[in-house]
Amino acid sequence: MIKQDPIKRVLYIDLSKKSYSIEERDDLFANYIGGTGVAIKLLNQNCPSNIDASSPENPIIFAIGPLNGLFPIASKTVALFKSPHTGNLGESHAGGRSALAIRMAGYGAIVIKGKSERPSYITIHGDKVYFRDATTLWGLKEGVSPASLIRRREEGAGLRTIMRIGPAGERGITYSCVTLETYRHFGRLGLGAVFGSKNLKAVVISGKRDLPVLDFKDYRALYGELLKQLAESDKMKKYHELGTPANVKPLYFSKGLPIKNLLTNEHDGIDEISGESFAEKHLSRRVACSHCPVACIHLAALRKPYEDEPYFYRTVNISYDYELLYALGSMLGVTDTKGVLSLIEIVEEMGLDAISTGVVLSWLTEAYEKGIITDALTEGLKLEWGNVDTYLEVIRRIVYGNGELYEDLRKGVAYASNKYGGKEFALVFGKNEMPGYHTGYGSHLGVLFGARHSHLDSGGYAIDKEMMLKPLNEEQLADKIITEECWRQILSSLVICFFGREIYIPEVVIKCLRIAGYEIDEEDLNRIGKEIYREKYLFKIKHGFEIENLSLPDRIFELPTSVGILDRRFIQKATEILKEKIKSLL
Amino acid sequence: MPVFVKDNEKCVGCLICCFACGRAHMAVGLESSCIKVSSIGGISRGFAVYVCRGCIDPPCSRACPEDALSVRKNGGVLLKEDRCNGCGACVKACIFDAIGWNSKKNKPVICIQCGECARNCPYRVLEYVRT
Repeated sequence: MIKQDPIKRVLYIDLSKKSYSIEERDDLFANYIGGTGVAIKLLNQNCPSNIDASSPENPIIFAIGPLNGLFPIASKTVALFKSPHTGNLGESHAGGRSALAIRMAGYGAIVIKGKSERPSYITIHGDKVYFRDATTLWGLKEGVSPASLIRRREEGAGLRTIMRIGPAGERGITYSCVTLETYRHFGRLGLGAVFGSKNLKAVVISGKRDLPVLDFKDYRALYGELLKQLAESDKMKKYHELGTPANVKPLYFSKGLPIKNLLTNEHDGIDEISGESFAEKHLSRRVACSHCPVACIHLAALRKPYEDEPYFYRTVNISYDYELLYALGSMLGVTDTKGVLSLIEIVEEMGLDAISTGVVLSWLTEAYEKGIITDALTEGLKLEWGNVDTYLEVIRRIVYGNGELYEDLRKGVAYASNKYGGKEFALVFGKNEMPGYHTGYGSHLGVLFGARHSHLDSGGYAIDKEMMLKPLNEEQLADKIITEECWRQILSSLVICFFGREIYIPEVVIKCLRIAGYEIDEEDLNRIGKEIYREKYLFKIKHGFEIENLSLPDRIFELPTSVGILDRRFIQKATEILKEKIKSLL
Repeated sequence: MPVFVKDNEKCVGCLICCFACGRAHMAVGLESSCIKVSSIGGISRGFAVYVCRGCIDPPCSRACPEDALSVRKNGGVLLKEDRCNGCGACVKACIFDAIGWNSKKNKPVICIQCGECARNCPYRVLEYVRT
């Protein structure tokens, strides 16, 4: 670490006392690099084990790493907290302008504790922190954007991040998200509800500075090389052009795209909801996170007529990507682009996690079809696959309704299926709703054993893709899952967007870190990756997670995946190996 | 005026040009960048890039109380650092906000019309024409 680098500065904010302080934590940033590595240490130090996730004592940790602000596609911020959704590790990553804003404000991490007496938002402008009143921003209904109001009052246009919650976060829905820069999210595991429990509506961060590097000439040469690769390499092509929605069709044809709660591999409207179709009909603009040339954020224009006023239209721009087309498209049997976009729009307005919301709705639809959920419980709503208007109404009731069912659905599929039944088709892994990959052993086991139960923990779908060509045995699969998850701890400590992972291979990471003043070799990186992984699992265990209680829903065994019907014996053996390997790391 | 904003509509807001400008001034980060990028009333409406347009009769130069900014033959200005007192009047005078700042030296960072921003832009929003 370079002595003058402000990355080591940690900003502590106490909402209860309306106070803040700055500490220099060279120790953390030298040993754990930054991002997720530093954040898990700070979480373990700041989060008592016996608290509820909605307690004022639950800290929100934002952390970035030494490569943010230095190299392209180092564009992510890591958020750690105790998850109200799973009760253990909450971890979510987001881009937008957040990472650069924190770097330019002069911090490596921000720790927010306590609870504001009234709704408030925090503004961090460089060294100054302001506690602002947000009572009039609280409880805003659809159509009024709190961020547009905040934008008018705060400085830093162009470089600032505005992280905020919607009604879902205010009302404590355990899968509510934090939105930033309109289109990016700390999506999974309920950071929105943690904001809400603290009466924290938003966090604004801005600043401007130059950063130190060890050797400017080397820096400039390496930067040029990386930028060229990010722009021209075939490895990045999938994120340009159609973006991640390009995966809809290939995954459908290989049976990896989940459809109607995994009841079928067939979808009549697949061409309509493909990446190609969205691009042709709706793609209106592409935007990027700060300091990333890829511009993977695809915006769709949705033009809607006013029913009561002829010749009046409104056009909204909605961001879409693969996970959204899965969760609010194929998973619900929706067959038209406008239907999917309308669902994305309401999920954005409410501030919900799109993946969990989609799986809540798909579980609900099947449970209703099977008679587990009755008309009395839905208060007259008749769930059916592909019926967008009903889904829109269910989402409104989940956020605003008072009925027993809707209150239960605010806690996710694990909770609802535990109460009403239908566990065998409850697509949850470690209490988190499944991501869009029914591709095989890698995806399902990767999510089940991943520290945050996310497809991004170990990218198991990529392992399945390999297995389609060349089968692996249980031992090899378990090895790949854990090795990948440990390596990703390094990327998310730097913090490099995972889309750049094929460019930022260990040898490149070592060169970049050298310029940032870190003398680290590949062995060190592997050791630190394992150490971070270990710390995360220890946090989970300390907060009640039991690896022995993990199980897979029956449904995933009933429908062919990209590698065929899953073999229970293979899963059983791989599960045992994974448990042993994880325990040996702790 | 060698750098043109060819098409703001294509700007994705990645700030790669701002970092390129910083590097052209031997800096890492955004403070030294002479280029500013901001959204047009929210990201859904896109971005606008502001880059020094190399004025023939530059207000920044006229605003300088120390005559530290001399006008170049084909437009734009050159900074004579030894004359500059760090008052920041040039920054205020530029309606494009296309002057950076070096807080260590407490002096402005002036566009040197090098075209690094245009060469780095992944989407050809900026164009460099040698004059």
